[in-house]
Amino acid sequence: MTTVIPHPNASVATSAAPAGLAGYNFAYLDEQTKRMIRRALLKAVAIPGYQVPFGSREMPLPYGWGTGGIQVTAAVIGPDDVLKVIDQGADDTTNAVSIRRFFAKTAGVATTDRTVDATVIQTRHRIPEVPLTENQILVYQVPIPEPLRQLEPREAETRKMHALEEYGVMHVSLYEDIAKFGRITRSYNYPVRVNGRYVMAPSPIPKFDNPKMDRMPALQLFGAGREKRIYAVPPYTDVKSLDFEDHPFEIETWEEDCSLCGAQDSYLDEVIVDDKGTKMYVCSDSDYCRERREAGHQGDGGPK
Amino acid sequence: MYVAVKGGDRAIENSQKLLDEERRGDPRVPELSLDQIREQMSLAVDRVMTEGSLYDPELAALAIKQARGDLVEAIFLLRAYRTTLPRFGVGEPIDTAKMAVRRRISATYKDLPGGQLLGASFDYTHRLLDFALAAGDERPVAEIAPEGVESGMQHVADILDHEGLIEREDPDDENQPVFDLTRESPRYPADRAARLQNLARGDEGWLLALGYSTQRGYGNNHPFAGEIRVGEVAVEFAPEELGFPIEIGEITVTECEMVNQFKGSAQVPPQFTRGYGLTFGHCERKAMGMALVDRALRARDFGEATEAPAQDEEFVMAHSDNVEASGFVQHLKLPHYVDFQAELVTVRALRRKAEAARAIADAAE
Amino acid sequence: MTDTIDLRPGFADPVIEAQNVFRLVLDAMARPGRIATIPESLQPPSPLSVGAAAICLALADHDTPIWLAPEFRTPSAIAFLKFHCGCPIVDVPANAAFAIANGATVPALDQFAIGDDAWPETSTTVIVQLDDLAVGDGLVLSGPGIETTHRLNARGLRVDVWGEWRANQGLFPCGVDLILVAGNRIAALPRTTTVSEN
Repeated sequence: MTTVIPHPNASVATSAAPAGLAGYNFAYLDEQTKRMIRRALLKAVAIPGYQVPFGSREMPLPYGWGTGGIQVTAAVIGPDDVLKVIDQGADDTTNAVSIRRFFAKTAGVATTDRTVDATVIQTRHRIPEVPLTENQILVYQVPIPEPLRQLEPREAETRKMHALEEYGVMHVSLYEDIAKFGRITRSYNYPVRVNGRYVMAPSPIPKFDNPKMDRMPALQLFGAGREKRIYAVPPYTDVKSLDFEDHPFEIETWEEDCSLCGAQDSYLDEVIVDDKGTKMYVCSDSDYCRERREAGHQGDGGPK
Repeated sequence: MYVAVKGGDRAIENSQKLLDEERRGDPRVPELSLDQIREQMSLAVDRVMTEGSLYDPELAALAIKQARGDLVEAIFLLRAYRTTLPRFGVGEPIDTAKMAVRRRISATYKDLPGGQLLGASFDYTHRLLDFALAAGDERPVAEIAPEGVESGMQHVADILDHEGLIEREDPDDENQPVFDLTRESPRYPADRAARLQNLARGDEGWLLALGYSTQRGYGNNHPFAGEIRVGEVAVEFAPEELGFPIEIGEITVTECEMVNQFKGSAQVPPQFTRGYGLTFGHCERKAMGMALVDRALRARDFGEATEAPAQDEEFVMAHSDNVEASGFVQHLKLPHYVDFQAELVTVRALRRKAEAARAIADAAE
Repeated sequence: MTDTIDLRPGFADPVIEAQNVFRLVLDAMARPGRIATIPESLQPPSPLSVGAAAICLALADHDTPIWLAPEFRTPSAIAFLKFHCGCPIVDVPANAAFAIANGATVPALDQFAIGDDAWPETSTTVIVQLDDLAVGDGLVLSGPGIETTHRLNARGLRVDVWGEWRANQGLFPCGVDLILVAGNRIAALPRTTTVSEN
């Protein structure tokens, strides 16, 4: 044998894409870190809704600003992917711009604002309005992955509760709301049950988005960097928002339509247009709104 | 007509240009060199290396310069760089008994083998602003002692050990893998190695305050500063292909061993126990805070009550890291308007319900 | 020349090929029974299939002990895995993060690590080499990742495996996950998948 076989560790940096960042590996993370995250992702898919611990790394962006989502995306993304990044549903919010630039710079991947063109969508706080497909992966940035954390601050305890499938404390908390206010007052990060087993934090999406998670054709991945957890919902998996027979789960509704595109079915942001507090409503999903306007839909333009 | 806000890209670029400009300050003032920072702000460099978990004074100086002197930001920069470095393996444990000591004090003995060695310390300075220093520094260099310091000084705790008065500390099994906090997610209850790693990277202010709280009655552990030593130790590494350790360099560390009174329990006779602190460079305050908190976190091992914050392992460990804490506190600056909108909808609905209830009550009167 | 070990090359482009293989495995795990085809860029030492070798190169390293069924413990296969992955080879299936076995002789599934209720991710992922893997009659799969049912024809598996699989499913959230491999075709069965034989 005379063939010289390159040692795997020696060749790690050789294939950083030409468009990548000099001195760093493709998609920033080193290969060993990616393998560790990839193994955690596979376990997460195999155990829907269970939070897999992983050796989260410091990223060049601060904890709390999407480091979990970024690590998941970095482990998943390849040169042929098309990446969309949204924050609050919008592509042009500063943190979405910053994360998109990070991947454009370190992985040289194509990016897009169009939901339908994306193969990987990283999101903070929203699920796009357009139904996602089997060819897409939705990556959520998660601040607090533990749905029971506000009720029980200790990890040692919450881990036991999940192991024993003991979710009484969560039901009690929701029911206390009903007793006190006549309704469940959680409006975002509304807990869900995945495949009838694990109670899971959907990340701080408004509960309006919860039904979209149920039996979604796309794979949903969740990354919590600071808390060092990864979890997943496989495609076509039951995701039910916790509720009670006499108090079924409900989503937000608006009397208004989007002032720009007239949409009646999308999540609306309230925009204050003058110092008297005059309001108008616009789609939080900036791509959905633009696509509708491009297709000829029009709203009333808001207060004149 | 309303148009959605655009231009995140340009705003970021402009903000970063402005940041560079403000970092530089008045261009007529000479620019700081890394040498200047490393040599003249050495304690800042030491803190950044310690909490940044990377021993590299040059890079720490660069981080401080880039962060405009914001040490937590500098620590973050160093950490983010550290994670990209390849890992060759685990070094041999450093031997602080073989330290080339620059400073060594003990509060538990008046004198001891090797002697007390004050070294360079703020301790007995009068904290008077030195206006002469403002004008320029031209003071005489310190004189060289006629004889050198003893090399290799026994630890104070080992002196107690001869009498069996202090708990024995046996080294971990060399063949067992070392838990690595930077590569694994912590598990609770955590073992001491994981706790010490966490504390070593922990925020100095956090450890100082928690250590202080134990002195004020929140989990008192009756500490004595058994020994604090600062100096240089050799770093050894055994490459796989050689099979034996070789010295690869020297680092400065600060070590603090607290000696704590312990009244004993059903299993253990009365004896002294230990709290341990270790930092890169000269970070004495941090090492002492760390030693107090380490001992506090051992309460469980000694069958003591664990009621104070400093004894609460999850509370201490989960909140000690200033890179994590700073990021998450400051992430509140990111837009949250979608969730705020959801809350608006909820609060309005709750108010409508409350108003309707009040109207019914009013009508009934 | 019995002492010459035929050390075969790994991925030509480790970064990009590992990513690609991982994505295929991720998709297979997310859509149980769907067949993914791994590009034929490797020529692994026999009896390692392209699929099994590629999965190891993409996912195994110092942190993942591998258990090999006896027929896989050839000097060339061990050298290949040790050199490219740096993974320890272990003797006890229950200590392995990954295991490689043939379908006909794969140990009883309860011989592998199943994790525990608090840490169910600490179970073994078992790579099972088969004679053939195709969409078609045979197995009917349902569960998370599957819209209605997936059909899979897996040839070369020990007949009593599906009884053990049902027991494995009863352990949820614990249990092993399977990756079936035939040549360069792979399909995964996470512990959530219900399998019935038609």
